Amino acid sequence: MRRLLMIALLGVAQPVLSQDYSEESLPDPKQEAQAVALMDTLRCVVCQGQPISGSNADLARDMRRLVRERIAAGESPEAVRAWLVGRYGQWISLKPEFNDMTAPLWAIPLTALAAAGALYARRAKRRGK
Amino acid sequence: MLAEFGMAALWIAASLALLQFALGAVALQRQRPDLAGAVAPLAVAQATLCGIAFVTLIALFLRSDMSVLLVATNSHSAKPWLYKFAGTWGNHEGSMLLWVAILGVAGATVALFERSLRADTKIATLTVQASIALGFYAFLLFASNPFARVAGVVDGQGLNPLLQDPGLAFHPPTLYIGYVGMSAAFSFAIGALITRDVTPQFARAMRPWILGAWIFLTIGITAGSYWAYYELGWGGWWFWDPVENASLMPWLAATALLHSVTVLATRDALRTWTIMLSCVAFSMSMVGTFLVRSGILTSVHSFAVDPKRGIFILSLLAIYICGALIIFAMRVGTVAEGKRFDVVSREGVLVINNLLLSVILVVVMVGTLYPLGLEAFTGHKISVGAPFFNATTGPLALTLVAAMAAGPLLRWRRDEAAVLARRLALPIVVSIAALGVLLIATDDVPVLPLLGLVFAAGVGLASVAPLWKRNLARTPLFTWGMVLAHLGCAVSITGMAADSAFTKESLVPMKVGDVRPVGPFRLMFEDIQRVPGPNYDALQVTMRAELPNGDLVTLKPALHRFSNPAMVTNEAAIRTFWNGQLYVVVGDERAGGQWVMRMWWKPFVTLIWAGGIMIAFGGALSLIGRVHRSRTARKTNARAAS
Amino acid sequence: MTRKWVFWLPVLVTVGLFAMFLVALVRPSDRTIASQLVGQPLPAFDAPAALPEQPGTNSRDYADGTPRLLNVFGSWCGPCIAEVPVLLKLQSMGVEINGVAVHDRSEDLARFFSENGNPYARVGLDVQGRAQMAFGSAGVPETFIIDGKGRVVGQHIGVITEADIPDILKQLGAR
Repeated sequence: MRRLLMIALLGVAQPVLSQDYSEESLPDPKQEAQAVALMDTLRCVVCQGQPISGSNADLARDMRRLVRERIAAGESPEAVRAWLVGRYGQWISLKPEFNDMTAPLWAIPLTALAAAGALYARRAKRRGK
Repeated sequence: MLAEFGMAALWIAASLALLQFALGAVALQRQRPDLAGAVAPLAVAQATLCGIAFVTLIALFLRSDMSVLLVATNSHSAKPWLYKFAGTWGNHEGSMLLWVAILGVAGATVALFERSLRADTKIATLTVQASIALGFYAFLLFASNPFARVAGVVDGQGLNPLLQDPGLAFHPPTLYIGYVGMSAAFSFAIGALITRDVTPQFARAMRPWILGAWIFLTIGITAGSYWAYYELGWGGWWFWDPVENASLMPWLAATALLHSVTVLATRDALRTWTIMLSCVAFSMSMVGTFLVRSGILTSVHSFAVDPKRGIFILSLLAIYICGALIIFAMRVGTVAEGKRFDVVSREGVLVINNLLLSVILVVVMVGTLYPLGLEAFTGHKISVGAPFFNATTGPLALTLVAAMAAGPLLRWRRDEAAVLARRLALPIVVSIAALGVLLIATDDVPVLPLLGLVFAAGVGLASVAPLWKRNLARTPLFTWGMVLAHLGCAVSITGMAADSAFTKESLVPMKVGDVRPVGPFRLMFEDIQRVPGPNYDALQVTMRAELPNGDLVTLKPALHRFSNPAMVTNEAAIRTFWNGQLYVVVGDERAGGQWVMRMWWKPFVTLIWAGGIMIAFGGALSLIGRVHRSRTARKTNARAAS
Repeated sequence: MTRKWVFWLPVLVTVGLFAMFLVALVRPSDRTIASQLVGQPLPAFDAPAALPEQPGTNSRDYADGTPRLLNVFGSWCGPCIAEVPVLLKLQSMGVEINGVAVHDRSEDLARFFSENGNPYARVGLDVQGRAQMAFGSAGVPETFIIDGKGRVVGQHIGVITEADIPDILKQLGAR
């Protein structure tokens, strides 16, 4: 059991014949860049803070493999994101989409910016007076 | 015995804080200078006893006294002494005691060294400081006693291996000095509101305290970022993690405050704004501590705490923050409106700086708390991460650094736009040239890093411009400090942009004898062997890197397997060159004796933290310069009077 | 003169924030990530046989009119051991349970079953977590309740205890 735990922790997977992309770059650098950019915006479900591109958890590993394989098969990054969101919910995406749930999230910064502008205009002295 | 001694010291410290508060309040209310004289000595005594309590707790950890509950649950006799020592604040109770001890020391420092503040404002400041301390003493004594005993424990439970790192051992204290140091600014502000003393003189007295706390916050954030970079093993240095944001928010508020207090000191403007920012900066510090401590925000770094304590702390914060804001709202009418500013003037640009920093603060706060609020009120779970923060704070930060280039080149009160344009001509030309070079020499650089590099080039040049044609020997130290800090910002932005634009990543399985190119290097997998460590077992890989000039360097990344608690950590091997870092990590094992090697060449990534250190060092120069000047001024005044 | 009420806004905002903190403290986030598939057909997956004497399981096994449980587990997972007796009890009550073993190996599974008992009709291996991700499962053990038409009607996150049995049976019955 203990040895097994060790193996589970180390993530020493048993030999798999096909290429394992859980930790390896894709051969095509363009696709790899797309995959990494996507992985940076997907949240690891077991670690709850980090993106899957920065976690040693098994499930993060599995998701990296899935992302790379799907990108390599020609899927768009947003399609892969949608597939995962369809299973784990919006929680998995670190990139909040714009809808009525998240409108305030985007509106508050804009309001703050507008308020800052108004404050500036109020206190500024007109030239030549 | 020792634990009871510590407990007694804590009780006496709490009683002294109560006395300090009561005497101060009566002295202010009844105008009794005889009572006021006792307040400062009480602040010093209170700090001393609280310090003794904290040192006692350290001693208990160093002696591995397993009859103390806190030691038994957070330490292990087999741990190296440094981690026993650092274990004192690697837990909830110990870190709260450290927090209060620093609060006490901050109060004592004000009591001992503050000379330029009006006497009644100083008493009011110390009274406010005592009122903050009281609440947290109550929290320690009634809800999280660090000295509680336990029976029948043979040995402790150890410390998370991820936290067993010399850098991390000193990270929390640094950040705490910054957080709690802001309490001085807070107490000054409330004190001045109470005694109606919001004046340039008051601003000059408050400035060094803000600077001091801000320096520690800067160091804390820089160090925390570097820790995440080398310890987590994925080459990332900022994750927009809630805990990181919790340390960034007070820094943003403090940076704004630092600039607004200068406007108040020099031009007698931004009075209410400065007071407001002082409240916000310390409130952010307290909320930051609380969010981390309560585990409300899920994060890799946080400790879970039971909800009863959470409610206690929450009530404390609500009382202090709302109390301060209510005093502010009630007294603000008595603060005369400051002077208006001219758009083309130093204070005009400093106002832009303050507004932008405040908007960034709002963005970070909303991004961090929105998921929490949405789930609390609707049950929906969403995540807000790097894509949101980069898209919102990125453009704001770039605008901010552009203002930073202009500000120091403008005169106070009123300047001419044409003159500013002439002074900025060279930096603007340099920026455009940088843009041209980047567009020609590189491809596929994303917009934000590209603009980052372009702005950094111009801003870097503009930030040293205040020294242009000046007698460097007679330039005041605080001007040097400002130049260095602003240059540090440009340096840090260069590092961030270069890292995201030019990093070369290679994740490949390798076995002994394999060679792979990474950026300008060729890396060879030479050897892998088992190496026993003090409380772990290591698998160490030897990698030989060939530099473009043919030189060879060796890197030894490793996997550490801890048994107590069972955990594996990746120890990155990092080699620093003048133009960047080579970063190598051992990953998973693959069939046929292969190991996945995670290798990065990160050009100029070190500039991120070098810039942070420059900013902190610039702050230190300013602090020394300001303190020195006010001393000299006091001496001159004293001589003139006699 | 600036309007006075503006200066009370910070107090208002702060009170709002603290109300939120309080709600978050009193009713802490459950920290579990529920699958979005509840109410939808079971997605395509294929978990090949883990043991020579027992068939594996794939998405075609589920729309045959019999409601079942689909248990995601692992022989390396401590809580999964605690769950076995309850699963055995469910089995003795006539509930069919299929297992998907995540990140597992046949020999470890064989030992796991010989030590704890085997409550499963079918056991499939999911070495790379593909089936787990298809289900939207975030950890082990997790149990999906599948109706006779092959739709996911419920998800139980964490160990199933004796106390959960009535609820599980009810969900299995509700077609």
